[in-house]
Amino acid sequence: MIRLLCGSRDTALPGATAAGEALWLDRADVEHATGWVWKPQGMCRDDTCMPLPRGSPMASGDRLDIAAFWRHAGWPVVHDASSQLWVLGEGAAQRAEALASLQAPDFELPDPAGHRHRLSDFRGRRVFLATWASW
Amino acid sequence: MWQSLHEAAKDHGFTVLAVALDEPEAARRWIDAASPGFPCLIDRDHRVAELYNLVNVPQAVWIDEEGRIVRPPEVAGSTDGFRARDRVTKTVPADIVSQRTRVKAAYMEAVRDWAVRGAASPNALDPESVAARLSVPDASVAEAHARFHLGQALVRDGRADEAAAQFAEASRLHPQSWAIWRQSARKDDTGLASMPEFWARVDALGDRPYYPQPELAAVPPKSAP
Repeated sequence: MIRLLCGSRDTALPGATAAGEALWLDRADVEHATGWVWKPQGMCRDDTCMPLPRGSPMASGDRLDIAAFWRHAGWPVVHDASSQLWVLGEGAAQRAEALASLQAPDFELPDPAGHRHRLSDFRGRRVFLATWASW
Repeated sequence: MWQSLHEAAKDHGFTVLAVALDEPEAARRWIDAASPGFPCLIDRDHRVAELYNLVNVPQAVWIDEEGRIVRPPEVAGSTDGFRARDRVTKTVPADIVSQRTRVKAAYMEAVRDWAVRGAASPNALDPESVAARLSVPDASVAEAHARFHLGQALVRDGRADEAAAQFAEASRLHPQSWAIWRQSARKDDTGLASMPEFWARVDALGDRPYYPQPELAAVPPKSAP
């Protein structure tokens, strides 16, 4: 069973197939697992669309090699030895652009009791965001 | 560590938000013992480190009421004084102890001043200054975070050896990240990644800092806001 980690998503994909460095998903799984929508004009998110390279082997019928798309975009793709556990990471350029806006990136994480909270829950207060660790 | 800061400023439209770049069980032990009055979140996949391009703890970001960064990630009051510790006796020279106390106090005072006075604080930076001090990741760092995320998932699946290989590659790609390295490094009895390999990696820094120091402006003496 293929499992795909993308941002904070963690999706089991019984319909996906992996072959070498390729990871084939159908249209619904692309959106479900990544948040990107595969439309005729390309891969779309919010108000941006990225066209697929013309005549590309990335798309085959109703399936997309999401790993090829990700690499084409310059974003990191890694997987385990069995090609069953994949991580589609955020690209450096996207991260850099987000930080350059100077808006503090939002996130959602659990507290010790497991309840989830977002940074944006604290909008309206000055926030001292401090990291620590037991190590 | 931040409790007194939170207490001093929480009624001034301020909050500490502590994020543990850590495993839930390890973080919970500390949180339960400290019982802090401020929100604590647990980030086992180091998501916040990826989002903000962090490399160590403690690093802090100052965020205003509109969600804008007014101080980019910086070392939050810690110093390289620990490197002067005698590795046998574990003692630290007195002048180093004084320096650590001074630096910590100065940082806390700077945060408190901003917590209470906001944009009027000399240490709340204008956008140009924030942008100039912000560091952004490159492709190697981006891949390192992806491999760290994969490694953490493999750990949870009980696949320790494969995880170790991913962590090693992540550190190779992003050698500046102590968070990536220490999360998976061998720990001592108290859970601290302070084994000989840690000291060797610190020694390898040479003159480079473990905790680069932020430039802070002097704050006015404490007065009622």
